[in-house]
Amino acid sequence: MNDAVQAQLDRVVHADRARLLASLIRRAGDFELAEDALQEALVRAATRWPDQGVPDDPAAWLARTAWNVLVDEERRAARDRSARTARFKEARIPGTGATDLTMMPADPLEDDRLRLLFTCCHPALAREARIALTLNALLGLTAAEIARAYLITEASAAQRLVRAKRRIREAGIPYRVPAAEDLHERLDAVLAVIYLVFNEGHVASRGDDLQRPDLGSEANRLAEALSELMPQEPEVAGLLALLRFQHARRNARVDAMGRFVRLEDQDRRHWDQALIACADQGLRRALARGRPGVYQLQAAIAGVHATAASYDDTDWPQILGLYDHLLALTESPVVALNRSVALAEVEGADAALKSIRDTELATVLDGYPYFHATLGDLEARRGNSSCARQHFLAAAERTTNPVERAYLLGRASVTE
Amino acid sequence: MRYLLMIAAEEDQACEHPGTPEYDELMGRYMAFTEEIMASGSYLESLRLKPVAHATSVRVRNGKAAVTDGPFTETKEKIGGFYLIEAPDLDAAMAWAKKIPSADIGTIEIRPVWEMDEPEA
Repeated sequence: MNDAVQAQLDRVVHADRARLLASLIRRAGDFELAEDALQEALVRAATRWPDQGVPDDPAAWLARTAWNVLVDEERRAARDRSARTARFKEARIPGTGATDLTMMPADPLEDDRLRLLFTCCHPALAREARIALTLNALLGLTAAEIARAYLITEASAAQRLVRAKRRIREAGIPYRVPAAEDLHERLDAVLAVIYLVFNEGHVASRGDDLQRPDLGSEANRLAEALSELMPQEPEVAGLLALLRFQHARRNARVDAMGRFVRLEDQDRRHWDQALIACADQGLRRALARGRPGVYQLQAAIAGVHATAASYDDTDWPQILGLYDHLLALTESPVVALNRSVALAEVEGADAALKSIRDTELATVLDGYPYFHATLGDLEARRGNSSCARQHFLAAAERTTNPVERAYLLGRASVTE
Repeated sequence: MRYLLMIAAEEDQACEHPGTPEYDELMGRYMAFTEEIMASGSYLESLRLKPVAHATSVRVRNGKAAVTDGPFTETKEKIGGFYLIEAPDLDAAMAWAKKIPSADIGTIEIRPVWEMDEPEA
């Protein structure tokens, strides 16, 4: 098939896959049937477009074709008189009989993507299943790409996806945005998955690069769509602000040679100031609602960093206060660790070390590379070079990212 | 879809013994729950089971039946009863499960029923 047509097809797939899939799932009530239908439509496009030319509205063409495949499948299933007939006939979602063809327009108020997102993040699915499904169904990552990100084999990733989709069907997980009374609870899982996707982009578990900006952008897009559909949820706005603040720094986090650059050494002229301003605005609006939460607080901390003219100008006491607030809400060991960095700036390395060297935290965080990196940093500040060196080596052993490892080994070999 | 909501909780808690205020309270809550789910049309069946002291487990291996007194698992939580319900999807089943009074002190396992005419999962 010629390149121009392939390029067009790729573009449509990248831009519209989630919407196409979502409306097909709505119609079919089943992930796998919807995917098969879409796949068949793509095959037909690849066969016909080179001869017939690319249609004026390629997405609509794909939607119609996939739809016809589904309808044919329904007729076949009806002839088989299997239980699938019953599944097709009953509307999974009350009120949306979905009897007509219209693919949802690319309208920010359309919620097929949201339904898909909430379904993928359903609490009845295991956490790894939720992440894998979101990456696959919403962001179009293949099993191979998911496998690379999570250090599992491609077969395991594929199995995880198959089992999750099967579970959705067999356990009767509905395809819908949760009812108002469940929304808050269910939102937590969605926010967590989006954040995990972003973090995967921020420090890639695999591959040669520190980050995968495509995942970072995708996570941002998801957070944006979520916030457009739920403008009254300050935690959604909080997450969006957090992702934007962090994403704004992506061009400064590695130098020209692909090496890791610490926050204090980053050239802030390479930070996306427009994105920072946007994030700041969004965060203020969210905080004004008076319902603080973990994402708003984390965004606030990121915001203090992002809006400081330089590392030395950073308002560390404010950051420390925000961490205290955050710790009260989550009691998370990672938060306690991050807080210690701020504590070091305000009260010195000794105080910071004291706060994280207690037995409980040390045990829980032992496998976490940033724990050892922080210890290394704090010891280096106190002038204990050999102690610092041990910690940096321990950290290097624990990270799976080669860029980070190189940085940590570098720190280990320098006497500060 | 039909779902079986199995109620698993530790036995021999105060609320199990008739005559205690805990028992009266729990029974009251169960009655209220059962009325509510019956009124909704989702209720199909429910049963309270006798304690596992009166359970008998049977295993047949190589043609030989082994019978033990007691439940089939050694978990602390024992199955004390169930509700068989009709619900449109898992969310609806979960909403009912959360309201079962023993959910506060035990676990409710939700299993979709495998209907006769369904294909292999």
